[in-house]
Amino acid sequence: MTVKSNLMHSLPTSETITRATLPNGITVLAYPNPSTQSVVVSGGLDGGGAIHERPEHNGLAVLTAEALMRGTQTRDFQTLASALEDVGADFGVSAGVHGVSFGGKALAEDLPLLVEIMADVLRRPTFPAEHIDLLRRETVTSLKYSLQDTRRQASRAFRQALYPADHPYHRSARGTLDTVPNLTADMAADFHAQHYGPTGMTVVVVGNIEAAQVAELIQAKLGDWENPRQPQWEPVSMVAQPDGVRQAYAPIPGKTQSDFVMGVVGPARKAADFQAARIANSVLGEFGMMGRIGENVRVKNGMAYYAYSSLEGGHGPGAWLVSAGVNPANVERAIELSLAQVRQMAEQHVNDDELSDVKSYFTGRMPLQLESNEGVAGTILSMVEFDLGLDYLLHMPGIIDAITREDVVEAIRRYWQPDAYVVAVSGPPVA
Amino acid sequence: MSKVTKHVLDNGMTVLLKEVHAAPVVSWWVLYRIGSRNERTGQTGISHWVEHMMFKGTEQFPREELEKMIERVGGSWNAQTSFDYTAYFETMPADQIDLALRLEADRMQNVAFKPEEVESERTVIISERQGLENSPTFWLSEEMSAAAFRVHGYHHEIIGDMADLTTMTRDDLYNHYRTYYAPNNAIAVAVGAFDTADMLEKINALYGGIPARDVPPLFSRPEPEQQGERRITVERPGMNAFLEFAYRVPAASHEDHYKLAVLASVLCGPSSGSIDNKTSRLYRALVETGIAASVDASMYPSADPYLLSFSVMAGEGRTLEEAEAELERQLALVRDGDISAAEVAKAKKQARAAFAYSNERVTGQAFRLAFYENLGSYEWVESYLDKLDAVSYEDVIAAARKYLLPRNRVVGWLIPTGLDEDGGDEMEMDDDGEE
Repeated sequence: MTVKSNLMHSLPTSETITRATLPNGITVLAYPNPSTQSVVVSGGLDGGGAIHERPEHNGLAVLTAEALMRGTQTRDFQTLASALEDVGADFGVSAGVHGVSFGGKALAEDLPLLVEIMADVLRRPTFPAEHIDLLRRETVTSLKYSLQDTRRQASRAFRQALYPADHPYHRSARGTLDTVPNLTADMAADFHAQHYGPTGMTVVVVGNIEAAQVAELIQAKLGDWENPRQPQWEPVSMVAQPDGVRQAYAPIPGKTQSDFVMGVVGPARKAADFQAARIANSVLGEFGMMGRIGENVRVKNGMAYYAYSSLEGGHGPGAWLVSAGVNPANVERAIELSLAQVRQMAEQHVNDDELSDVKSYFTGRMPLQLESNEGVAGTILSMVEFDLGLDYLLHMPGIIDAITREDVVEAIRRYWQPDAYVVAVSGPPVA
Repeated sequence: MSKVTKHVLDNGMTVLLKEVHAAPVVSWWVLYRIGSRNERTGQTGISHWVEHMMFKGTEQFPREELEKMIERVGGSWNAQTSFDYTAYFETMPADQIDLALRLEADRMQNVAFKPEEVESERTVIISERQGLENSPTFWLSEEMSAAAFRVHGYHHEIIGDMADLTTMTRDDLYNHYRTYYAPNNAIAVAVGAFDTADMLEKINALYGGIPARDVPPLFSRPEPEQQGERRITVERPGMNAFLEFAYRVPAASHEDHYKLAVLASVLCGPSSGSIDNKTSRLYRALVETGIAASVDASMYPSADPYLLSFSVMAGEGRTLEEAEAELERQLALVRDGDISAAEVAKAKKQARAAFAYSNERVTGQAFRLAFYENLGSYEWVESYLDKLDAVSYEDVIAAARKYLLPRNRVVGWLIPTGLDEDGGDEMEMDDDGEE
């Protein structure tokens, strides 16, 4: 399998991406796309995620990241917002479980402004008390809203049942109604001072730019950033699969539909069998009309508008899960139908056509994925984040092509043990 | 950037073509001039249901094959039903676009609407509606539309009323398909890496032979002028209160549309999701003060007069009375002329940036051409920024004075009744029950 020749010249590879490492450890990658009028900046920090917060401070990492845009030593909240919005630009920072992500977009001539704002908010936030109070209240409102959201509650219940209480994946990075009201500006300032720094930081810039100038621009604003307190990258612990069927139920009055999430612990992105599992997942519940699960739950039985499977990957033991929204009377049947698809895949090999379809889908969608600056930036960032190498897009078709039917079935069997999974349902209370 | 060329095939099908060679991709859209506004009582939701049936395959492209063939070659595809249209698209690697052209030509004519597939899809669509009903704001939105439009088809949700979803028949659906899925009722658009002459030839070969049909005039009943403020309340389980103001405004073809677009942007920021609204008047007055957790404005460009809406989620510990008073105070300030030329200039500048961003993907470009051709002319896309530029500071104030009046609006409150009946905010687990 080869990458199409008309795409080759424009692929982001080690030949076409300009890479620089600043003396303080920041990796800068620039890729010009002169056919657009805009520029996208996208990046991440190695730390600053919820994995670093104490359980009683759950939500602190997210609050800290959101608070960066609320004021710096030289710009208050409205000055920051005006600098961006007046020229139609945008920039934001968010925290996940593992680390911090940031990104923005502007017309190409405003790249210096975007870099200036990025450096300012990452390095010199002031955490104004009145804005911390506002953010805290907004988070509480949003947490209360999610309490009546069956999809969110099914997902919460699923994660709480799949991951042990002391594992970071057990908690939601957004925090809870118990923890968020207690978070303070001082806590956020301390968390920032300890966890934000240049070590392991990556910045990707894609758009109508001169690649050679990007590293200079970033060096000028971030080259002298140091943080000796910044801790080492910390992997999360792996998690054992459930040893039986664990069920969780989150009733919410007034609902007409139930949502369920069912699954197991899946492979991390860097796991040797990740690609085989990704193909297995696509056959199971993604490709076409949501794979075999969509075919059986939606198309043949008309039980759900959505019914699919997904594989989270990522840096730790992310979940491999099936989700669907069905009439409350059909919950058990839809779960059973979904499980039957998993079992069939584990018992019988996928057929050659299915495998070939999914492989062709994974490699063929590259032109669409790389059409926009955001798509290219995201692709380059994941190459760095997961150590895939800058020539990953050249190697990827070969990697996918080498996966056999046996690899795919083996992946299903390894992660989906018979009668060992978590299933969480949220919907109207059952009498 | 290359220009759009417009062609009308002998059977009346409108074709818009625009070459964009930035990436090796092509987006192909076929839009039918039929949507939920044209649906009669008893058949609400029929446009959307027919859209679902279009994925059931034909003799040439059986369903099992149809579901796989686009993705197999790296394409993406979907469909959407709206108030004023039903549209289908495929965005493909450029060398695979013929497949999309063949598919849409085939399903313009040859979908069978097998009774068993209609029945199986009925429960899928009911499930889709039940999923929407799980969101408290859906109930508010549905009641707002019903209050704002007593006569016009904008009064019902695109998904349709449950009463109709349970009773519509296979023949209802098939008749809708055979009546409105005609080349002379379609707008087809290609944007991407192709040669215009070559593409037109292919389109002619595949679509030119599809016979035109007598498409009856679209069912549409004009809404009479509103005679005073209307108020509704919806009570649903939950913990969050919402407020909505919906003002009747003209169709996208009306000259005031652009004035209202600038007004909405001054009040609540650009409608594009790629630019934030934290410097907008309503954000500062409502969210920065804690009265609201969020505020949004929306004005859907529509074929008939529709709504300019402001939606507020009440802040923690704040009331809908406070939110309503402050929102009304802010709108009164604008009616009184209290806006600056700088705010108007900012709105225009943000629109220019958002427009540049929106041109970066062929899918969005092709959609907008089809969308505006349906409303009047694809040229509105190209002249959009110039028309916004022509809006003056005085125009914006005049638009506020003309439209943002209490007698011209519906006010909606979503009152949460809590989650505690039946222990609803408790989580039960049968294993390592932390909660």
